[in-house]
Amino acid sequence: MTRFKINGRQVTTDIDEATPLLWVIRDDIGLTGTKFGCGIGLCGACTVHVGGRATRSCITPLSAVDGAEVTTIEGLDPQGRHPVQQAWLALQVPQCGYCQSGQIMQAAAMLKDFPNPTDHDIDAVMSGNLCRCMTYVRIRAAIKQAASAMTGGAS
Amino acid sequence: MLKRVAIGLIAVVVVAAGGVGAFAWRPAIGEVTPPSPSAFTPALVAQGEVLAAAGYCATCHTAKGGAPYAGGYPMKTAFGTVYSSNITPDAKTGIGAWSEAAFRRAMHDGVARNGAHLFPAFPYDHFTKLSDADVTALYAFIMTRPAVAATPPANTVPFPLSIRALQAGWKLLFFRPGRFQPDPSKSEAWNRGAYLAEGVSHCGACHTPRNSLGAEQRSMALSGALIDNWIAPALTSANPSPAPWDETELAAYLHSGISRYHGVAAGPMGPVVHDGLSRLPGADIQALAVYFADVGGAAARTPSLTPALDKAAAADRLNTGPQADPSARLYTAACASCHYNGAGQPNPLRPDLGLNSAIYLDDPTNLIRVILYGLDAKEGAPGVVMPGFAGWPDGEVARLAAYLRATRTGKAPWPDLEKKVASIRAQGK
Repeated sequence: MTRFKINGRQVTTDIDEATPLLWVIRDDIGLTGTKFGCGIGLCGACTVHVGGRATRSCITPLSAVDGAEVTTIEGLDPQGRHPVQQAWLALQVPQCGYCQSGQIMQAAAMLKDFPNPTDHDIDAVMSGNLCRCMTYVRIRAAIKQAASAMTGGAS
Repeated sequence: MLKRVAIGLIAVVVVAAGGVGAFAWRPAIGEVTPPSPSAFTPALVAQGEVLAAAGYCATCHTAKGGAPYAGGYPMKTAFGTVYSSNITPDAKTGIGAWSEAAFRRAMHDGVARNGAHLFPAFPYDHFTKLSDADVTALYAFIMTRPAVAATPPANTVPFPLSIRALQAGWKLLFFRPGRFQPDPSKSEAWNRGAYLAEGVSHCGACHTPRNSLGAEQRSMALSGALIDNWIAPALTSANPSPAPWDETELAAYLHSGISRYHGVAAGPMGPVVHDGLSRLPGADIQALAVYFADVGGAAARTPSLTPALDKAAAADRLNTGPQADPSARLYTAACASCHYNGAGQPNPLRPDLGLNSAIYLDDPTNLIRVILYGLDAKEGAPGVVMPGFAGWPDGEVARLAAYLRATRTGKAPWPDLEKKVASIRAQGK
């Protein structure tokens, strides 16, 4: 039996605890905003927050989150208006959109550790999130715009 | 003549056996009716609760998914598997019929109520140092837990090692009973830390290497050992971590499981902190920190902190921008998103691998285990998960470990890494 919180809601499940968290989130809980990409923790499409930290859910077994708090793209902001999401919209970042929930979750977590990230910081922290449409330039611009909004315009 | 020699020999054997038997024999202590919980004052129970946390009693005396203190947890030793006993106050299957005198004898001398010698998987060689007052408090705490009827599985210690009387010989060779003796030349805090560390917290049980008969080697106290497929690092000045373990870092680590300059409590150290030491009062954590800072010679190593931080920061910068080296690419794609720190102090929740103890140990076991199996929300930093990369081939895990060793430590490469990864994978989590 595994107990954890997802987007503030308590979940108790008897699913095999070796099941990847991503499977549980998508197939059992039914939140499909989080995507499956590579399955080996190397593309970032499945990124969620566990305890507020960006975590690849495809290689995280259910057992690992027992007692933890998980946040998915659906729970990042009640209205979908987290500063990173707003910057994503304003700068029209996504192309095909498949990687974007992972990108946004990674970026939102990053801004807690790096409120004013340099290009180096963004490159290092975001390199694990691949975008096959190559929107990296806009991703970087949107992160900076969100950072600026979150720190009250000072940069 | 021959007959006389034979008779003499037999006589010697009989006398020797009788002597050992007399030494090995310990009387049973009569059963008592389980004491009523109201027989103990709340203050005494509370004192016992802290001590039980400091000794992680529940960690070894609780089976996975089982009732607390009801036993059945398997301890794999070189001599077979020993299952922990039920120490709830159930009269039949637990220790409810044990008087305080019987409990005290078990703690101080390693003898069960019925007179049988306990195996040293129960660290009575440490608990013997506990004061009488603390044993009384532990007894009060244990006897006020809910009684659970549960019998642990039978041990798999093979004959003749399973003969309890033989433990008397082991005790004669290796066991030094006696209460903790404070060192008057040291501070009160140091002595309190030493009392906890050597006694109830039994740090040496994991961090001191054992001899072929399973006894801690006193001459190598706290110099590091292999335990439960993990390396318990040296707590002496032989500890290879680049930053010194000073009082501040030790106190942070022992209380929260996180040191910004060393990493997080993983493997068997996870429950030690999160189910044990984290519940100690601040003064006791500080006392442990004072003691271990001294054991590790932290004061002499203070000047090494700034160079270690600079070196780690330089290594951290390797992983920004385009990468050509396949090993660096692997690190940048899989690790840097969580472990990169950039300018400034390392963030404790972004464990800086250039400072991490696991990368500096002579044995790559701990690093490989964490890469393969990650850390659950209950281990390491509480509530946070590091996912495991067991889906990678052995060669890629080995490549990452070799890359970290080469770029972060300046130490000799680990040999046969790929084989090591395969063998650790075969052990399982």
